[in-house]
Amino acid sequence: MPDATGLELIAQELQANDAVGAAGVLEREHVRGRAALTIEVGCLRAVLEQLRAGGFSFLASVHGLDYYPEEPRLGVQYELLDMEGRDRITIKVRVSTESPEVDSVTPDWPTADHQEREVHDMFGVLFRGHPDLRRILMPEDYVGHPQRRDFPVGGEPVLFTYNDTNELGSPE
Amino acid sequence: MSSTSEYRRREQSITLAPLEEQLETNWGGPRQSQELLTLNMGPHHPATHGVLRLLVTLQGEVVHEVKPIIGYVHTGIEKTAEDKSYWKVIPVVERMDYLSYYFNAMSYCGAVEQLLELEVPKRAQYLRVIHLELNRIMSHLVWLGTSALDLGAISVFWYCFRERETILDLFEMSSGQRMHTRYFQVGGVIEDLPRGFEEKLRAFLRVMPERADQYAALLRSNEIVLQRLRGTCPLGADELLALGVTGPLLRAAGRPWDLRKATPYSSYEDFDFKIPVGTVGDNYDRFAVRLAEIYESVKIVEQALDGLPEGPHITPDRKISLPPRHELATSMEALIHHFKLVTEGFRVPAGEAYFPIESPRGELGCFVRSDGSSKPARVHMRDPSFVNLQALSRMVEGSYVADLVATVAMLDPILGGIDR
Repeated sequence: MPDATGLELIAQELQANDAVGAAGVLEREHVRGRAALTIEVGCLRAVLEQLRAGGFSFLASVHGLDYYPEEPRLGVQYELLDMEGRDRITIKVRVSTESPEVDSVTPDWPTADHQEREVHDMFGVLFRGHPDLRRILMPEDYVGHPQRRDFPVGGEPVLFTYNDTNELGSPE
Repeated sequence: MSSTSEYRRREQSITLAPLEEQLETNWGGPRQSQELLTLNMGPHHPATHGVLRLLVTLQGEVVHEVKPIIGYVHTGIEKTAEDKSYWKVIPVVERMDYLSYYFNAMSYCGAVEQLLELEVPKRAQYLRVIHLELNRIMSHLVWLGTSALDLGAISVFWYCFRERETILDLFEMSSGQRMHTRYFQVGGVIEDLPRGFEEKLRAFLRVMPERADQYAALLRSNEIVLQRLRGTCPLGADELLALGVTGPLLRAAGRPWDLRKATPYSSYEDFDFKIPVGTVGDNYDRFAVRLAEIYESVKIVEQALDGLPEGPHITPDRKISLPPRHELATSMEALIHHFKLVTEGFRVPAGEAYFPIESPRGELGCFVRSDGSSKPARVHMRDPSFVNLQALSRMVEGSYVADLVATVAMLDPILGGIDR
């Protein structure tokens, strides 16, 4: 990962970009060997595109998070990897549960397809511009987003075909 | 109408009209030859390596499109992990990718150690490497056996499982379990190697390269295997990178990217090994790269065993690791630590960590967020099978159904890891 100075330089370069602006970078974090930038959700694609030009050309992972009870609750993190420089950087965005909308990066990074679908499935984040935003791990007709922190564990009926005729969630 | 039957209704209402339209504009030709067939493979198909369902659109015998449908073994492991104290999460995450359990544990423990800023003793790092590489060989053996089975060769399966058995016996010796061993702990490993382990391991390391030679001889010059693998379903490195594919699949396309070399963890920088790479990235390269990796793993285990340093096998920090049994009888402090650890568990300072390692299938990263309590606030695995699966459709477009089966085998997806 870039050192603290390197991260500051990257942040300043991003802020010099008109699509990002000075207000685009909200927070810089450099703790325990992990470099992370929290950015304004609106300029996500511009930031990732600029970092790609700077060498971070591989999107390793997309994580969803729920910061409950903090607000805004939901978070999406993008782990970028620079294979030449063997460097990693994390880009974070935060959105509220009321309007959980994030621009999809799948058009630029095809690898984000399944991972964004997973975040959508588990946290209910809506990725604008995703070509096929459906649930991926849970059944299509599932209600709720199980990885949210206020989603209860257990007490869920098992989906057998036998239960097809019954209302979903009825005990028989 | 209940919501479940609504689901069934939608499932049955799938129509091929848009695809046919697309074909007409893109492919041309008389209408009879454009007839499309949607074939459902799985989820209970022996050739899909688990409960993977593929919706295959065929034109004759040529694959037009593949849509993987997953989630059949989703067990909510990431959710379960949030309800357990840090050290109790280890057995849960091990069950994700059930063929590379040491890797799951390693990436999870690594992330927690990063949050704790904990130094792992050198001996523990070496012991981890020994088990990781044995696990890699084991995973590749299962892959080789089942892939050969997919191609119609049944005997290789028995041979591979013979060697796998020896490895599982070794795991049983060191930890008491054959699979999901819970051997890796935060701060080190649970126990030192037992007596007799080294001899048995050395005997295994002596025969393994020989046995791998035999498998190679059995398959590499086999006309059927060559016909099925050589030149089928290649995909270039740039496209693989865009799709996020790592591991043997990427190396088969000629990119020597291996996290053990690129960003060494757990003392991998101490060992001398090579990264096998392919040239064109077809199924044969994928096969050859994995087979060659078995030899390299044997070399690493040998070096780790020769250079195994003396010292503790787990961090001596009593706030993190359990005190040894004999201390409990004499030390009040040890008893208190023991009580604290097994009831509440240790607390981890608030923060986030992402710890990527090279699993047999590619970059396996564990993301852990701590809120300062004794339970993780979020555990997320970036599972290589999950990401690599996206490349399947691009690989098989325009090839035969039989090649699709071979490609799924060479992709080596583990559904436990995909669905988590």
